[in-house]
Amino acid sequence: MTPSDRDATGLLTKPDDFLQLVSPTGERHANAEFDPWIADIDLGALGRLYRDMAIVRRIDAEATALQRQGELGLWPPLAGQEAAQIGSGRALRDDDFIFSSYREHALAWCRGVEPAELLSVWRGTTASGWNPFEHGMAVPQIIIGAQALHATGYAMGAAWEGSDAAAIAYFGDGATSEGDVNEALVFAASFDAPVVFFCQNNHWAISEPVGLQSKQHLARRADGFGMPGVRVDGNDVLAVLAATRIALDRARRGDGPTFIEAVTYRMGPHTTADDPKRYRTDDELDEWRARDPLSRVLALLEASGVDIAGLEREVGAEADRAAAELRAALTTITEPEPMTVFDHVYAEPNSHIERQRDHYSRYLAMFADAPAERSADAAAPGTTGGGAR
Amino acid sequence: MTTLTLAKALNAGLRRALDDDDKVVLMGEDIGTLGGVFRVTDGLKAEFGAKRVVDTPLSEAGIVGTAVGLAYRGFRPVIEIQFDGFIYPGFDQIVAQVAKLHYRSRGNVRMPITIRVPFGGGIGAAEHHSESPEAYFAHTAGLRVVACSNPADAYVMIRQAIASDDPVLFFEPKRRYHVKGEVDETASLADARPMGVATTVATGSDVTLVTYGPLVQTARDAAVAAAEDGVSIEVIDLRSLAPVDYATVEASVRRTGRLVITHEAGQQGGVGAELAASITERCFEFLEAAPVRVTGHDIPYPPAKLERHHLPDLDRILDGVDRVLRRPNSLSGVEA
Ligand SMILES: Cc1ncc(C[n+]2csc(CCOP(=O)(O)OP(=O)(O)O)c2C)c(N)n1
Repeated sequence: MTPSDRDATGLLTKPDDFLQLVSPTGERHANAEFDPWIADIDLGALGRLYRDMAIVRRIDAEATALQRQGELGLWPPLAGQEAAQIGSGRALRDDDFIFSSYREHALAWCRGVEPAELLSVWRGTTASGWNPFEHGMAVPQIIIGAQALHATGYAMGAAWEGSDAAAIAYFGDGATSEGDVNEALVFAASFDAPVVFFCQNNHWAISEPVGLQSKQHLARRADGFGMPGVRVDGNDVLAVLAATRIALDRARRGDGPTFIEAVTYRMGPHTTADDPKRYRTDDELDEWRARDPLSRVLALLEASGVDIAGLEREVGAEADRAAAELRAALTTITEPEPMTVFDHVYAEPNSHIERQRDHYSRYLAMFADAPAERSADAAAPGTTGGGAR
Repeated sequence: MTTLTLAKALNAGLRRALDDDDKVVLMGEDIGTLGGVFRVTDGLKAEFGAKRVVDTPLSEAGIVGTAVGLAYRGFRPVIEIQFDGFIYPGFDQIVAQVAKLHYRSRGNVRMPITIRVPFGGGIGAAEHHSESPEAYFAHTAGLRVVACSNPADAYVMIRQAIASDDPVLFFEPKRRYHVKGEVDETASLADARPMGVATTVATGSDVTLVTYGPLVQTARDAAVAAAEDGVSIEVIDLRSLAPVDYATVEASVRRTGRLVITHEAGQQGGVGAELAASITERCFEFLEAAPVRVTGHDIPYPPAKLERHHLPDLDRILDGVDRVLRRPNSLSGVEA
């Protein structure tokens, strides 16, 4: 049997068999272990979680549209994963440090990352948009799984300094196959590192179903590494919030790492360059649409007597503003100056790079000196031939 | 002859290899149902089944390491690394295992593994998606490193790589995947130009311009532009970066007396550095000027909006040509 024969494994795509506090239709299930951890979430706080999710959904949709309009080179949509990201993000303390991959725009939202800082990477003007130390969030990671080790090391350092801050690593179901993630689990367990491994099992690693990465629930791996593993409904913001708070508390008390598997679904393409119709069905999408993370919160609020029409109006207006700000931010992202390619290669002066910088500036200067009718080329060497000759 | 894109030519070459030898297996992330992110393996899983075209778990070390075991068992694995920048998690298995097993086993173990790598920039991609890591592998004894530049070569070279009993790093110029060309699908491997032999793609008498992969077309364009200026450039497509076909380069440099090498990878410790040193050793008395390298800068690949300032283009290549000709150029008056 080859791994591909397992594509259809029912076990891994069955969404039940996890911890859930709010059903897709908005019923609140009591849970003795989790409930005390969200006792402070009254209707107002629940409304605020809804607000976060609605705004990031809107930001995501706007960014996707901006990519389609050619304003962004690429965008990895988060749609469907709002509860997993907001529930965990709102569990964090300001001094906890986030190590994410490329899809965690909602975490950036929780951390106050500015729209221009968020978009510049995807517009292709910078390699990273924000200063990690301003937002307590590392630069997003594209190499699958590498950040799990970084989070572990950060957590080890925090513990060695006597701080009770924690680190949290976000990665996907596919990432659990990479060596880096497995090595991070070993280090974290060995050193009791105050780190939370937050796996968003969104069922697909580009075209590969989670069943290709694992024959059992991902959370069950934790046991073999010597840490608790918890499998929660990743579309249930309260369950995610509670699970993350429990894990963070463990970390702060010096009891070591926790692995959380948030069972969710990527509703859109992997990135705007992907065509999911090649590998998954509309039926599957419909099934997950019925488990939407936002509508169940609305249903619960409505059942609790909240004026949800008013809430939706209010939040809708805020989301409109956030989307408009995002679009407006594009105009503030400036085209980087050519010579900046040499900036920050090294922290200290480096004779080799200085020489190359000097040579390339002399090269560009030839275009600046070129006759007027050719100076149009000067703005963009590479587009034409022989401009300065 | 059929007209195919470079990607389709590779697809046809892979299909032919799968057909010819049932020990050939394709492995990689998203290569089956999706057909690869560049669709190079499109349709092959449907045709040959999930045991010949295998979607693997997301692990480059896993892909390369299991290919080693498969090779022990007599298979000829053809691995796809999704993008250049993702080869590093598999680097240890490639340079410490794949490259050395034949030597360590005193010739008893063969590693006929082909490692396909879409490489290079110019497509406006995100970070880690535009790199040129070929020099790491050219530096490693035991590996063969090749780069195709056009559909006809792609079709033949991929089959030669798979047929080779040595491990081959097979670099595919991703920004040329959609370029079309004539492919002779009836060509037999026995008659084909060996994978290790360079091709002279334009003849000339003043300067020898050597390159490979994505820049071959740019170099040809530079030769055309230079001709208008009265400069005759000979363009060589190296095709094999390890070993290098020095005979072809040497013969050309002995005639022209001038060598320019261009590649997207950084300059320091690159394929061009090796070529410049070797040609200087072999042809010193024939050289009219020191060899010149026109390469990417020694920087991490820059954000998409700046990549045109990193990648050698026609103008930068012509500036390098001016340098070996001692004509006015960007470094005129600069001390070496
Ligand atoms: C080391 C490495 N290999 C391959 C890739 C290409 N790649 C980008 S995203 C992706 C799938 C990731 O899936 P998963 O970990 O489940 O995260 P998701 O995108 O679903 O959030 C792949 C294969 C990469 N970025 N890094």
